[in-house]
Amino acid sequence: MSSGTITRAGTTAPADQIVRYTFPERAAHWINGLAYIYCMVTGLALFTPFMFWMATVLGGGGTIRFWHPWVGLVYLVTIFWMNSQWGPDMAPIPEDDQWNKNIESYIKNKDDAMPPQGRFNAGQKMFWKGMFWCTLILLVTGVILWIPEMLPHKAWAHFLLTVVVFLHSVAALITIGLFIIHVYMSVWMTPGSMKAMMDGTVSSRWARAHHRLWHEKVTGRKN
Amino acid sequence: MSNGTLEVKAISGHRGGTPGSGVSRDYDVCKLVDTTTCIGCKACEVACVEWNGYEFRDTTFDNTYQTMPETAWNFWNLIKFNEVENADGTVSWLMRKDQCMHCADPGCLTACPADGAIVQYTNGIVDFNQEHCIGCQYCVSGCPFNIPKFNSATKKVYKCTLCSDRVGAGLEPACIKSCPTGCLHFGSKEDMKFEAERRVKQLQANGHADAGVYDPDGVGGTHVIYVLNDAKHPEKYGDLPADPSVPFFVKMWKGPLKWLGGLGIAAGVLGVFMHRVRYGAKNVEGEENRA
Repeated sequence: MSSGTITRAGTTAPADQIVRYTFPERAAHWINGLAYIYCMVTGLALFTPFMFWMATVLGGGGTIRFWHPWVGLVYLVTIFWMNSQWGPDMAPIPEDDQWNKNIESYIKNKDDAMPPQGRFNAGQKMFWKGMFWCTLILLVTGVILWIPEMLPHKAWAHFLLTVVVFLHSVAALITIGLFIIHVYMSVWMTPGSMKAMMDGTVSSRWARAHHRLWHEKVTGRKN
Repeated sequence: MSNGTLEVKAISGHRGGTPGSGVSRDYDVCKLVDTTTCIGCKACEVACVEWNGYEFRDTTFDNTYQTMPETAWNFWNLIKFNEVENADGTVSWLMRKDQCMHCADPGCLTACPADGAIVQYTNGIVDFNQEHCIGCQYCVSGCPFNIPKFNSATKKVYKCTLCSDRVGAGLEPACIKSCPTGCLHFGSKEDMKFEAERRVKQLQANGHADAGVYDPDGVGGTHVIYVLNDAKHPEKYGDLPADPSVPFFVKMWKGPLKWLGGLGIAAGVLGVFMHRVRYGAKNVEGEENRA
């Protein structure tokens, strides 16, 4: 992609390329992704002794204890940034039911059985919803874990702290599961998607194969 | 405060073995607090602050004899004064020396994620190594006795060391040395239990039918034990829990969740690889596909 004029999703670019992600969308995604990876690695270091060596690699336990919540805030803010850009495209459409019903065919790469999809398919919407809600749990529990010294030294507060640590871990583990699938699908399973998030563009062919309704909408073509 | 002369039995946030696990001779230390002979003189409070080299912090006057409401990061030994009304209308004035109980199954150590920040010696002492502490305060949530205290300036957590530095050098803890009535005893756990039971029998013979030893099983027993003249109601002695244990969610988190989480991550990574091998990629016809 040589042209620097990408302004809005769906703009037709040269050489039969369609803009899939604008620069602000890609920026939000990658800042979020890097923040997530830092939080995941430092979080795992605190989760299990088998991963505590990651704390040493990243500057020691005190360092990661200081930065994990701050980087978590970056992650949080960019989640909301993405939400402000993609919220409407993440809304369910009637075709999603059929997609969810045929998810096994999707997994087995029998894509002919899948209904046409909008800018995001039903699976991407599932991933987004999972990440978004887990992030809210991580936010509420994370704020308490950031400054537990503000809690009163009472039995109920100490009980709350044990629950909060547990919930924070559970929510984080769910996001790690989603993250593994997300990374696999972009890097290996769906060629072209990494280019979309890096350069911002996809080919017409790719758009029609994976997101037919979106392709029709942005090109005005019904073929 | 780490002490090189003591064998380490358990280490927080640590994978693999520990040098002293199962290799030591059968000998562990114990502090016996006979609450029935405590006169509330607070010599132990002063000796503790003095030995550990802290400044004497501001006290809080709340119309009792108690120095402050609870122990603090630099005040590890506090006599709790409790006026309790008895069934027959009389009043008991109960004094209890509050400090770290040095649990055999320490919730603080279980909860701690930092390698080496909390250690348990084979003699039973549970000790914090502040240089490895990361200030997360999970130990606070793991302790059923409300003992570890956070210092906002150093971002570290502190508590009673059972004078591991003195014990490692063959001395008794500072509080024991200062006690004028002999209500504090120090020795092997076996000897202290024997002494405590002897005292309980004496109390029972003198009309304290409910007298007993406080050495709670829920945390595997403790290396600080009490003689109470009413062992059926330890709460009367200033929030001493009747049945303390490592909190449920700490056990769940450090037990099943840790293993399920680890297995889940491994299964997830393996799963997506197997998917690639079995089903391949979603190639679009006519596209140049690199992967």
